[in-house]
Amino acid sequence: MDMHVAVIQFPGSNCDQDAYHAFASVLKTPAKLVWHKDKTLGDARAVIVPGGFSFGDYLRCGAIARFSPAMQAVKEFAANGGKVMGICNGFQILCESGLLPGALIRNNCLEFRCQEQWLKVEDSTAHFNKETLGQRVNIPIAHGEGNYRIDEAGLAELEKNKQILFRYEENPNGSLCDIAGIRNKAGNVFGMMPHPERAVEPFHPSQHGVALLKAFLAE
Amino acid sequence: MNIRVFVNYKKNVLDPQGEAVGRAMQSLNFPAHPHVRVGKTIEFTVDGQDTPEFRKTLDKLCNDLLSNPVIEDYRYEISQ
Repeated sequence: MDMHVAVIQFPGSNCDQDAYHAFASVLKTPAKLVWHKDKTLGDARAVIVPGGFSFGDYLRCGAIARFSPAMQAVKEFAANGGKVMGICNGFQILCESGLLPGALIRNNCLEFRCQEQWLKVEDSTAHFNKETLGQRVNIPIAHGEGNYRIDEAGLAELEKNKQILFRYEENPNGSLCDIAGIRNKAGNVFGMMPHPERAVEPFHPSQHGVALLKAFLAE
Repeated sequence: MNIRVFVNYKKNVLDPQGEAVGRAMQSLNFPAHPHVRVGKTIEFTVDGQDTPEFRKTLDKLCNDLLSNPVIEDYRYEISQ
């Protein structure tokens, strides 16, 4: 298959089709669903680890998905500089896999929060910055465990390397320093709790997700 | 061998679930301090002997799968 965006599907993923739709139908970028048992990603130019409740969130969110064969391929893909984005449960999976630093614990409000969410854009990369995306974006959230945690040294590293992509304007979950999304130091692995794939259609709360997903694919 | 692994949040990590349980205890007038931690126990059996090599393998399992070392600590008990 030609160059495409690979969307990994785990048992319990439920944002895989939304992510596929956002790329294939809205961005007109070829996309392909990859079952978690698959050992290869084919000719993927980028990988999405989608939201949902992989393996029922058993043990810890993302703890079991990280051992799926497809995730071994994703790790290799990322190690070779390939672009990977984890959304919501995908963010949790990337943290559990060690592809991103830190961890996500239960919301401090103890509620599952499903709402529109304004995010402050941080200047992080040539594509994830205020000039490209604007000062703020409205991207929906839907999670019970989005409370980002990292130790002091880890937080200092994130700040120093400009690895924070977005902060919540009004913190919905107790996340440290209002962190909503981060990237790895190398700048090819991204993770965020809000759902850009749910902000791409005229009937969505906003269409700010389009620019965000384009920023992810931009060379 | 019977193995029991106990996993709980590190001391400096907030446990929102534990706090909610603590508040419920107080509402029952139970004289506990409100600082409650809710952890988990994972029990399983395994063939073999309790050797230093086995404990090394068990530690790896605890670090890779049963706990997340970023936010959690673990300990275990081994009985025959």
